[in-house]
Amino acid sequence: MSPQGRLALTVGGLAALLVAVAAAALFLGSAAISPRGVIGAVAGRAAAESVESVVILSIRLPRIAVAALAGGALAVAGVAFQALTRNPLAEPSVLGISGGAAFGVVIGQSLGLGLTVVEAVGLTGFAFAGALLAAAAVYLIAAAGRGVIQIQTLLLAGVIVGIFSASAITVIISLLDFNRLGGVIHWLLGNVAPIPPGALGLFAILLGAGFGLVLRHARELNLLALGEESAQQLGLNADRLKLTIFTGAALLTASVVAFAGPIGFVGLVVPHMLRMLLGPDNRLLVPTSLAGGAIVLLVADTVARSIVAPAELSVGVITSFCGAPFFVYLLRTRYRGLM
Amino acid sequence: MTPLVEFRAVGFAYPGAGRSRARPFRLTSVSFAIEPGEIVGVIGPNSSGKTTLIRLLTRVLEPVEGEIALEGKRLQNWGRAELARRVAVVPQGVPREFPFTVEELVLMGRYPHAPGRYFENPADVSAARAAMDATGVRHLASQALASLGGGETQRAVIARALAQEPRLLVLDEPTAHLDLRYQAETAALLRRLNRERGVTILLVSHDLNLAAEVSDRLLLLAEGRLVRLGTPEEVLEESTLTAVFGCEVTVEKSPTTHRPHVQLVWPDGRR
Repeated sequence: MSPQGRLALTVGGLAALLVAVAAAALFLGSAAISPRGVIGAVAGRAAAESVESVVILSIRLPRIAVAALAGGALAVAGVAFQALTRNPLAEPSVLGISGGAAFGVVIGQSLGLGLTVVEAVGLTGFAFAGALLAAAAVYLIAAAGRGVIQIQTLLLAGVIVGIFSASAITVIISLLDFNRLGGVIHWLLGNVAPIPPGALGLFAILLGAGFGLVLRHARELNLLALGEESAQQLGLNADRLKLTIFTGAALLTASVVAFAGPIGFVGLVVPHMLRMLLGPDNRLLVPTSLAGGAIVLLVADTVARSIVAPAELSVGVITSFCGAPFFVYLLRTRYRGLM
Repeated sequence: MTPLVEFRAVGFAYPGAGRSRARPFRLTSVSFAIEPGEIVGVIGPNSSGKTTLIRLLTRVLEPVEGEIALEGKRLQNWGRAELARRVAVVPQGVPREFPFTVEELVLMGRYPHAPGRYFENPADVSAARAAMDATGVRHLASQALASLGGGETQRAVIARALAQEPRLLVLDEPTAHLDLRYQAETAALLRRLNRERGVTILLVSHDLNLAAEVSDRLLLLAEGRLVRLGTPEEVLEESTLTAVFGCEVTVEKSPTTHRPHVQLVWPDGRR
């Protein structure tokens, strides 16, 4: 089948699955609401102040939206970072980029920034700055040996920057007012919580911008796999491409961290599953990752809020529990030859 | 007739090389021209400037002095994609990190023909198939590159370069990791492409005898300078080679092709 056909088929299938998963998530939750109540609330038949209406429209629906947006953004950022570093194990959290963004967000939060639209812009700005800072640090550490950046060096540099960011975050938290501590820690674990409609809109816009940048250059990302010199000899401006993709991926990571916290491994697991299905062509991976990431994080979040109901787990805990073993599996099987 | 490529007193030095290396590499006042339809072999010892020459010719590096012209027009005035439609490079390796298939690799060669296109169109696909036919890898189209042997990989990479439909094909050490049979195959393939498609070829090689067999003219570099340029007979002289490579060699005429054949005189090897 032509790549176009495979793309259409996969995107169609994933979109249908996403709708099904989102619908299922709407019916599940700790508040006991009958399926009829759910449908009534969605259709607008329930009274505005009723439990059904509040739970479905102000809690479950926004939460589903945040999970879908965050998952899609993380998976696309993963594909982008993997192409950019020519390293199939790269991912925002493994590279320390999420950690840097989280540091930025904690500074923003300590200055009192919340989730009204204006403040959310500021918060994402802090996250973006933190992500850029972390990426620059990772690059400088990894490139210190000159020449080609090896996988080991890159991962090690990511770990170092991740640990450093975590320590810096701890310092800020220690200085924080005790009453605000709980919220920050909850967020730090990676939590999909309902956010106000304005912030949700901003999140969607940032996701659209980052996704658009990566999608527009998906074909060129394939050329980058040949090495920068070969890519240039095929007519590509490699430096400009790297800067563009990097900006897009950092933007995606920063917005997820600002609105949902640092959630790990989605950017690793989703692109790999899709690669097994579709091969390494980024023109297929970028759009399908958007849908695939949304599905995976939505499922993870639904599990997180149902498995120990009425209490809740952080979705970041679920993705790490599943993602870390997956990472080890990849390291020990598929990429043995590259190490 | 305008030469296809012309180097006019081209000089180049890597920035900052003076401090980090004991003997900084420089390319000094290199001038030569490549006529359409020729096969030119570039030979010389390690770090004589062979790879730098390719990078300058493809604008990965810009000359510090002098100028390079393609079809009579200065290289700086060519757009990157425009340049890639005329000059294609066959590099030494293929990507191992991501399991692209042969066809996917060859289709990448179509990028300079329409950089804005998301998927290749049917014309691109048929150009890629023609390129795969030309190097005999069409039957491997759906195989992953990583699963191919050395000779097949080399032919897939050459097909990618041919898909660019270039006037000049530049090969960087095409036989570096190949055993004898594939060296012979590569030599035959290059000659056939030159004869049947009129592709001009610049062959950079460590292998003096391969270069002598395939090339119309040879260009001998040493320490960033052009030492000799001429027919294989003119360039491959015992005294010149001994001076440039710093070891004793003998040059004989090949009994089958009557081209010069260089042999190393192994130290302490005389019996």
